[in-house]
Amino acid sequence: MRLGPLIAGFALLILASLLLGAGRLDGDAPWLLAVSRLPRTLAAMLAGAGLAVAGVIMQMLARNRFVEPETVGTGQAAGLGLVVMTVLAPGSALWLRMVVALCFALAATAVFMALVRRLPPRDPMLVPLTGLVYGGIIAAVAGFIAYENDLLQFLDIWMNGEFSGVMLGRYEFLWLAGGATLLAWAFANRFTIAGMGEEMSQSLGLSYRQVMATGLCIVSLVSAVTVVTVGMLPFVGLVVPNIASRLSGDHLRRSLPGLAAGGAALVLACDVIGRAVRYPYEIPVGTILGVVGACVFIWLLQGRVAGQGRHAR
Amino acid sequence: MRADVLLAALAFYLVSAALFLTLGARGDWGFILAFRGEKLLALTVVAVAVAVSTIVFQTVTANRILTPAIMGFDALYILIQSLTVAALGAGAAGWSGLPAFALETTLMIGAAGLLFGLLLRDSEDLNRIVLTGIVLGILLRSLNALVTRMIHPSEYAFVVARSYARFNSVAPDLLWIATPIVALVTAGLLIGARRLDVIALGRDPALVLGVDHRRAAIGLLVPVTLLVAVSTALVGPIVFFGLLVSAIVHQVAGTWRHATLLPAGALIGAGLLVLCQTLFERVLDMQATVLVVIESIGGLVFLMLLFRRARA
Repeated sequence: MRLGPLIAGFALLILASLLLGAGRLDGDAPWLLAVSRLPRTLAAMLAGAGLAVAGVIMQMLARNRFVEPETVGTGQAAGLGLVVMTVLAPGSALWLRMVVALCFALAATAVFMALVRRLPPRDPMLVPLTGLVYGGIIAAVAGFIAYENDLLQFLDIWMNGEFSGVMLGRYEFLWLAGGATLLAWAFANRFTIAGMGEEMSQSLGLSYRQVMATGLCIVSLVSAVTVVTVGMLPFVGLVVPNIASRLSGDHLRRSLPGLAAGGAALVLACDVIGRAVRYPYEIPVGTILGVVGACVFIWLLQGRVAGQGRHAR
Repeated sequence: MRADVLLAALAFYLVSAALFLTLGARGDWGFILAFRGEKLLALTVVAVAVAVSTIVFQTVTANRILTPAIMGFDALYILIQSLTVAALGAGAAGWSGLPAFALETTLMIGAAGLLFGLLLRDSEDLNRIVLTGIVLGILLRSLNALVTRMIHPSEYAFVVARSYARFNSVAPDLLWIATPIVALVTAGLLIGARRLDVIALGRDPALVLGVDHRRAAIGLLVPVTLLVAVSTALVGPIVFFGLLVSAIVHQVAGTWRHATLLPAGALIGAGLLVLCQTLFERVLDMQATVLVVIESIGGLVFLMLLFRRARA
């Protein structure tokens, strides 16, 4: 695959993201760029890269191609944690909420993984099905608490990703997602082996539990950070890895940079579309991603190759 | 027909309804009964619509896990609602009344027949169909969100109010249209109950017994869609309630005959919904939480069914 056109396209996207917006770039252009456009562009790229990598890790650990953290409960649990914190400790600091959201996300993901291990491996559709319902139940509980406490609007902000509120000083947590992506790269070979199953990993001398725990932490961290700072961005972790694996296979150490770039480009592109369609108003990137991602998901499900992936036995 | 099952279901419904009408009532009885009676009717109509449509849909698709709501039927209805509002505007007086409802329901039947007929065409891999249906539901909801963002703010408020389930603000004029529709469709299905029994046997036995399975299945999508449209128009989307009711009724009815399944399902569903509403509204004093609880329990039932199927 030639990289030149891809890099050029990516650069064009970044440029579009920097130039497009309700405010005009005139005298205050450097200031506007530094405070709003650049942070927004960075936030979209960091979140996208992190989620794409979190998606592929979750797919390797669950050994199923059709799961990703924002649809199987991780993101919903982070939202639930935020709601609980808002009810119990309304004035708490952002980092504290972040930690609680992370704990909720970790717990929910661990439970999901335990569920997956109990499912028979023959049917690849059963795992995402269970995940979607599981995520739906967590979201329903969050909705219930939010409704009883008049917090539905807050919940809507967390459950529907949007970058319009991103400014300098309000997105920096997302660098944690970037850090988690680097960590994933360091552990890439272990995840690749873990993706072959518990027995295989152990006979290759790998502590499966340790890799699993690391993976869970990375996945939960990325999801929680994204939900806290910009809200849920559905399907990124599903669309990008599935398309990438058709292009370049499943060797994570080699595919990870491409995955991260793909995720960044996807979220950035959807954000640019959201800003352009109804200019000067904005459509939340979560909505655009929902449409794009669900279409790709359905296409993947209908494809004959869908059931024959290496993880989806 | 199992008279004992039906009588028990009827008794359950009547007790629930009586509790709903009388519990904690103080003041002018005439007003209370009229006020609560309308709400009781709304709850009953919705529950019957959901229960009957789910049972019939499950018979047609030959499984106990799929429901119209899980397949995204009500998401489709809400999208159509938003699209008509976007195209025609919400300003016209009486828009929530009969003409709008008729237009939306007609569009809905066409779209549902096309979309789900296509989806259900090859039914050898049930889990794939269920998963596709759920993702289709997500797609329709996202499209709806997209449409609502594109339209005028005042219309936005109108549309958004309709995309959440609500039991406390049922439009009275719509209720008087919905009640006869649900009654007629349910009666029609009951008259054809034997046909449903044959369809439940599966494609080949049905063909042997002289029922064109494919045509009958597609034909039955029309009443199902109509019922879903009515309940969605009345109270908004409800996803897992139908599944819960059908699971219960198949468990307790002890028969495959639709002459029992349909009325028992309708009565049990209505009784359950009314009882829960009574419990949460009057006893626990938590408004509008009924749905969340029912939906959560229904979701758990869904997972349980999935797991049991996977083990089998």
